[in-house]
Amino acid sequence: MQLTDLTMLELAAKLAAGEVSSEEATRASLTRIQQVDPKVRAFLRVDEAGALAAARASDVRRKSGSPASTLDGVPLGLKDIFLTEGVETTAGSRILEGFVPPYDATVVRLLKEAGLPLVGKLNMDEFAMGSSNESSAFFPSHNPWDVSRTPGGSSGGSAAAVAAREVFGALGTDTGGSIRQPAALTNTVGLKPTYGRVSRFGVIAFASSLDQPGPMTRTVADAAALLQVIARPDAQDATSADAPVPDYSADLEAGVRGLKLGVPREYFTEGMDPEVEAAVREALREYERLGATLVDVSLPHTKYALATYYLIAPAEASSNLARYDGVRFGLRAKDARSLRDVYALTREQGFGAEVKRRIMLGTFALSSGYYDAHYLRAQKVRTLIREDFTRAFQQVDALVSPTSPVPAFKLGEKVEDPLSMYLMDIYTLPCNLAGLPGLSVPCGFTKAGLPVGLQILGRPFDEAGLLRIARAYEREHDFFRRSAPL
Amino acid sequence: MPVSDFQPVIGLEVHAQLLTQSKIFCGCSTAFGAEPNRNTCPVCLGMPGVLPVLNQRVAEFAVRTGLALECTIRPTSVWSRKNYFYPDLPKGYQITQFDQPICEHGRLVIDTPQGEKAIRILRIHMEEDAGKSVHDAGGGQSLVDLNRAGVPLLEIVSQPDLRDADEAVEYLKAMRDVLVYLGVNDGNLEEGSFRCDANVSVMPKGSTTFGQRCELKNLNSFRFLKQAIEYEIARQVDVIESGGKVVQETRLWDVNKGVTRSMRSKEEAHDYRYFPEPDLPPLHVSAEAIDAAAKALPELPRAKLQRFTSQYGLPAYDARILTAERPLADYFEACAGHYKDYKKLSNWFLGELMRLLKEEGTPLSALRFTPAQLGELLGAVDQGMVSANAGKDVLGEMFRTGKAPADIIAEKGLAQVSDTGAIEAVVDDILAKNAGEIEKYRAGKKQVFGFFVGQVMRAMKGKGNPALVNELLKKKLGD
Repeated sequence: MQLTDLTMLELAAKLAAGEVSSEEATRASLTRIQQVDPKVRAFLRVDEAGALAAARASDVRRKSGSPASTLDGVPLGLKDIFLTEGVETTAGSRILEGFVPPYDATVVRLLKEAGLPLVGKLNMDEFAMGSSNESSAFFPSHNPWDVSRTPGGSSGGSAAAVAAREVFGALGTDTGGSIRQPAALTNTVGLKPTYGRVSRFGVIAFASSLDQPGPMTRTVADAAALLQVIARPDAQDATSADAPVPDYSADLEAGVRGLKLGVPREYFTEGMDPEVEAAVREALREYERLGATLVDVSLPHTKYALATYYLIAPAEASSNLARYDGVRFGLRAKDARSLRDVYALTREQGFGAEVKRRIMLGTFALSSGYYDAHYLRAQKVRTLIREDFTRAFQQVDALVSPTSPVPAFKLGEKVEDPLSMYLMDIYTLPCNLAGLPGLSVPCGFTKAGLPVGLQILGRPFDEAGLLRIARAYEREHDFFRRSAPL
Repeated sequence: MPVSDFQPVIGLEVHAQLLTQSKIFCGCSTAFGAEPNRNTCPVCLGMPGVLPVLNQRVAEFAVRTGLALECTIRPTSVWSRKNYFYPDLPKGYQITQFDQPICEHGRLVIDTPQGEKAIRILRIHMEEDAGKSVHDAGGGQSLVDLNRAGVPLLEIVSQPDLRDADEAVEYLKAMRDVLVYLGVNDGNLEEGSFRCDANVSVMPKGSTTFGQRCELKNLNSFRFLKQAIEYEIARQVDVIESGGKVVQETRLWDVNKGVTRSMRSKEEAHDYRYFPEPDLPPLHVSAEAIDAAAKALPELPRAKLQRFTSQYGLPAYDARILTAERPLADYFEACAGHYKDYKKLSNWFLGELMRLLKEEGTPLSALRFTPAQLGELLGAVDQGMVSANAGKDVLGEMFRTGKAPADIIAEKGLAQVSDTGAIEAVVDDILAKNAGEIEKYRAGKKQVFGFFVGQVMRAMKGKGNPALVNELLKKKLGD
């Protein structure tokens, strides 16, 4: 077994025992990246010097018996949406090529304070808009389980890097499924916390009312440990929640006996891959065997979630992306001769097709004369979707469903058909609209060896409950021990 | 129809920079005059990933202003984004309030030739200021200074209740007085920290339907406000008289030419695509906070002016000057505690004190003598211990040195001579030396009396008690 095969907590235990140094672990990670990333292409940028310096500092702390946290010294990767002081951050876009942030995102600061070396920045769909990593302005990442396929998106680079064991864990962001869907497609664990649980300060905004950073790891326990580091009220984020942060690892092994798990009928629909459905149904039976009760529930407004999402998210994005104007940072079109040119040419050259499509959608949804019929209506439906969940959670402790209707698809397969790409997120979007926590945990493989993910949705701020339910299933299986055929 | 057959209808939008130490959504300084782009940070530069956090002082100032203008304060108000592209607007949107502003339905009373008039306030909302573009910076370039980006503003929108340029000017002056009294704004039109746009339309007299309005910008003095409105009224009447139609547009006051000219038409107007700001939760203001703010409200300029006329019996003219600025009014009241002839006190304020303050450029807060000492000086003048003229010198000395008036009078030998015997001796001496003048006086040339007073006062180096000198002279001359 290689060092990089260890989970975050396994490595942390070895670091604590002095059996291995953070520098060794970080070098192992960097070597693994050199070996497999030419095939996976998860990284946009590797910060070898920064990571090794942080690793050596961690080793000094460990030696002196004063580690900064349990995860001190565990190397991590970051989706390229998190601002890192002094390290280029692009959000997968040409318009930010060469942009070196002057400050760290709050979560990056928390990770640094906890002593985790940050090995590099991971590929993503441009501005997190996409479900396959193919809208990255630079190159698509590949799924380690089948490099002809997508690792999902938008946090596809993060998922691929964790699945390929290039890093021990990573941070992603989830606006409509961007943590959970790639986790499902790569046999990894992805947790989207409750909106407001993790600070958005220093996270490049896609849709402000939906975006939420979260951990992407190989195991449920790792996700709990990593969430513990980043879940914190933040005075720099006015939407950050003041709710107390529990010990996410405390009840991890408590099991599901006596819990009621809701099975939303709207999440088992036509168009779902039969092998995905079979794997998920099997997982549901497993939960029954473990002592949980399955309850049939209905979330009747689910069918409107996709339309609602594609009004609200682009509307917010159209405004959030207005700052990329060529005036203060990032790209400025070289041939611009007038102010109008600076705007038009910079944005024409700097943004990719998917980003432009969503800016136009959002601009339209907010336009005078269309606002009421589009944006305002969408906000009303959003309330109905949220109420669906509130009612469901009066009956059950959590909801279980597939994460993605299909396993990893071929790169290029859906690029020409944005609508079929948007459908990839139908089971993950409603959770963001309602601001709830959601998690994807590996639940087996198709005959072709492609991973399948099980989604668990919970009440606001019940991340601990989701982790416990996911762990109960994970304990019965060895999926996370399987390594991708690279 | 001549201009006099038309009724102008005017509403003002006032933009007032709030006197907070830091910006509305970040910790940067709001100080004026710093090196360009010095007072900036990632937040007010609109860098990727930044989020706004409300400076609570801004909401406090807004509530204070709303209460002073008799507004209803919304328990929950909502932030919105106003989207448009401009280089001095870093995020590509301005954070403002749109359909749910913090204050609504207020009023401000002004004086008109017809008497008092209440101008209704439609709304007051909070927003962030933009930066400043500097054009023609050389080499065909424009430069951007973002020091002002994120400075907090209140926008105060009146109903179209104003009926001529003079009322508009009165309203703007009264508004400035209120804001300065509240300590929320410095009232500086020249630096642009207090500015206004005017919406102007005209309709035939007697009509109840308003005409098409134009918005006037660049009105950075009371004079320009008056001139621009008057020009615009005449222009709109001309358009209508010549068979045309006034079109809705934004017009810029051209200071040099003294005209308004079209800046952008309705068709060119931006679609600002307002929507609720997802980065900021709605602002809640509790009933307790509103009560506390109401209790802490200072007396406002108009109420103070009325009280100065009734309580101190001052003429409106005096009261207006004394209450124009809160520190002066406060100081007057402090002095009034030590000296009860309020009109005389007012004379000293309007005369000597304000002259000294102006000449020396001293702020009231830096005065070196106490209200009690000023009262003491005026008492000494009343009691004839020192002449009114010498009193002015004493005040000047107090102003410069902060010494007690009694000490200055003693040191400088300014004490007035009120000893009848001493004065009588001088009077006798002067009369003896000027027999010819006495003849003229007695022959009916009464103005010679002044000559005698002058001679006596000169002989006494100005220290003779004028009342006694007069009395004795009259007696000796046999009146």
